[in-house]
Amino acid sequence: MALTDVTHDAQDFVPPAEVAEEELYHPKTWLGKYVFSQDAKIIALQYSITAMGVGLLALVLSVLMRVQLAWPGAVSFITPDAYIQFVTMHGMIMVIYLLTALFLGGFGNYLIPLMVGARDMVFPYVNMISYWIYLLAVLILLASFFTPGGPTGSGWTLYPPQAILPGTPGSGWGITLMCISLGIFVVGFTMGGLNYVVTVLQARARGMTLMRMPLTVWAIFTATILALLAFPALLVSAIMMSLDNLLGTSYFMPAIISLGQQLDHSGGSPVLFQHLFWFFGHPEVYIVALPAFGIVSELLSVHARKNIFGYRLMVWAIVVIGGLSFVVWAHHMYVSGMNPYFGFFFATTTLIIAVPTAIKVYNWVLTLWRGNIRLTVPMLFAIGFVFTFINGGLTGIFLGNVIVDVPLSDTYFVVAHFHMVMAVSPILAVFGAVYHWYPKITGRMLNDGMGKFHFWVTFVGLYCIYYPMHYLGIMGVPRRYFANEGSNGLPDWIPESAQMVNVGITIAAILVASTQLVFLYNLYHSATRGKPSGGNPWGATTLEWQTADTPPTHGNFGKELPSVYRWAYDYSVPGAEEDFIPQNVPASKKTGQAT
Amino acid sequence: MSVFRTLSTKPWVADRGYISDSHGFSSPTAKVFLSIFLGVITAVFALLTAAYFIRMAYADWQSIPVPALLWLNTAILILSSVALQWARTSARREQAVGVRRGLLVGGAFAFAFLVGQFLVWRQLGSLGYFVDTNPSNSFFYLITGLHGLHLLGGLVAWFRASLRLWRGADVAKIRMSVDLCAVYWHFLLLVWLVMFGLLLVT
Repeated sequence: MALTDVTHDAQDFVPPAEVAEEELYHPKTWLGKYVFSQDAKIIALQYSITAMGVGLLALVLSVLMRVQLAWPGAVSFITPDAYIQFVTMHGMIMVIYLLTALFLGGFGNYLIPLMVGARDMVFPYVNMISYWIYLLAVLILLASFFTPGGPTGSGWTLYPPQAILPGTPGSGWGITLMCISLGIFVVGFTMGGLNYVVTVLQARARGMTLMRMPLTVWAIFTATILALLAFPALLVSAIMMSLDNLLGTSYFMPAIISLGQQLDHSGGSPVLFQHLFWFFGHPEVYIVALPAFGIVSELLSVHARKNIFGYRLMVWAIVVIGGLSFVVWAHHMYVSGMNPYFGFFFATTTLIIAVPTAIKVYNWVLTLWRGNIRLTVPMLFAIGFVFTFINGGLTGIFLGNVIVDVPLSDTYFVVAHFHMVMAVSPILAVFGAVYHWYPKITGRMLNDGMGKFHFWVTFVGLYCIYYPMHYLGIMGVPRRYFANEGSNGLPDWIPESAQMVNVGITIAAILVASTQLVFLYNLYHSATRGKPSGGNPWGATTLEWQTADTPPTHGNFGKELPSVYRWAYDYSVPGAEEDFIPQNVPASKKTGQAT
Repeated sequence: MSVFRTLSTKPWVADRGYISDSHGFSSPTAKVFLSIFLGVITAVFALLTAAYFIRMAYADWQSIPVPALLWLNTAILILSSVALQWARTSARREQAVGVRRGLLVGGAFAFAFLVGQFLVWRQLGSLGYFVDTNPSNSFFYLITGLHGLHLLGGLVAWFRASLRLWRGADVAKIRMSVDLCAVYWHFLLLVWLVMFGLLLVT
């Protein structure tokens, strides 16, 4: 890459970006503009709305599970089979069809072209197809609710042999459709993911060097690379599982007697499936965590009016975490009977990953240090993220050690840990991001009062839900159990106090879940009646806030693409007229820099 | 080393601002796209290979016989790759005839390869080696099937490029498509050689 040193008089040196409007497909029909759109921003909204819709379903499933745990038998249609099906679908939808799709398909599509100063993704048509394939995957997944036997109830990890044996609910159609849906999802995601990566590599505006990119872009970029390399493992295991299921092969199925009958399978290895699944599954954690890291870095810096502390270390940490995430997968398998040396290796790599992660946390805190903190709704969610991520991360250090993990495995401690670290934390980042970028998407602010109410109930409520689960886990209450009661209908093998805790958790869960309706109403209400926001309501430096139109039109930047003269975090620069200098402003007196 | 230099720049030092004259890599965007996609396919086949070795270690594994026809298929795939390389070189020299012939021969050989693979499946089936007979059979069908599907996907791109050429498109205009097809073909040939080697060795 040819680099030219730009001196102080950069504005004289750099000609205005003489980039003619690229060959964008301009639709003429309503259908082409809003449905089969090739504009990354519309595709982003399509991804987000689909993901949030299916995520709402998963939220309802989790409430139903909680109701059963607090008041066993209170709702008649929650049978043991239905309960484990809810567990499975809740997990799968939340991890893959909500979080992955929302962070990469939603935020990736919206933010990457705008933040790097591109007109669109590099292959808009492929990008559009990506969304429709994702939608197909979602529809197939939902279809499994209406098949004989219902959706699969094998847990979101789909472990064989039980995933395809007749004793498990949804062992026929359910698991078949699940595998097909996952396979299709991977194909669709790959089309989108290639676009995100190549757009970052190839379509950056003039002057946007890699190290001038906002951390959000760095994080989504790295997460997409992880996804491109990890999802093949899911694809391969889904195909092999389907062949075991439908054609009677024995990749994963051992010789087994099921319901008194010797099955045709023999000699297969369930542990092989676990290796393949977790080779995908662990990077998946970072596929949803890294974008959250990036977004939170952005929000903290903007709303504390301060440059991000340790930008280079933040980038390096993202890259190192991405690399390490491929060598820790077997820490999900400590109880699979693996060689102790193997466990030692994976415990070590797992604990090493705490180092770059801790660097990020320190840098977030140091970014806040003596900043001009504005407790806006996005900022509240970002700070909430840092809190929650620390809490969830610390229990990860417990579970990363084999000897602590073995007794805690399959208890509510694990449920509490992974919800804090990879469910609640990323969702807090999602909320923060929505409140932050909503003005750019719609041109209107979200209602502040509703936003603060939403934040506080959600944040405090989440702690009421997940903190007590750690205690339940340490007491030994197992996860995935339909009920803990004996024949008399009362909890007889967990103490009554534990059942009280379960009731409390459920009440908090119902409260938090219903508060999300306020958020949805806010999204709906503010789209037409919110306060007009102007182009840059937060005073942010990154390129998406410097567009000529808000919301940005197709092509993003009008006639000329911006040129980038500085990094993304010039906040409160001494001597500058304002407390932020956008990335496309050259050095001059106005910016307080010598000319 | 330039990666390390890039990653160690200090973007906050305002008066050391660089501005880049080029956007990203010097190679065309479509090529970067294809290279990363090839990385993804590599991941798929690498994982299959890993699973193959792990599953092989179990007691019930019995190697599948390698039909002689596979050697012929391999030769056909090599020829297919060579023909596309011919089309690619001709496209660079803007020789329309060479591009047409190269594409046609390359595509025909690719079809022949797929038919040949299907015949191998039929042969093995008639000998009683079905997909569920033994894990080695399952892997054989899975690997050849996935490889064939990837080639089929390549043929879609090949078909689109050929169609444009026959409808009278300028050679210069489809040069990139021919280039990408050739690279993809060479890659799939490489994957096949590795997979074939795996089957032979085990």
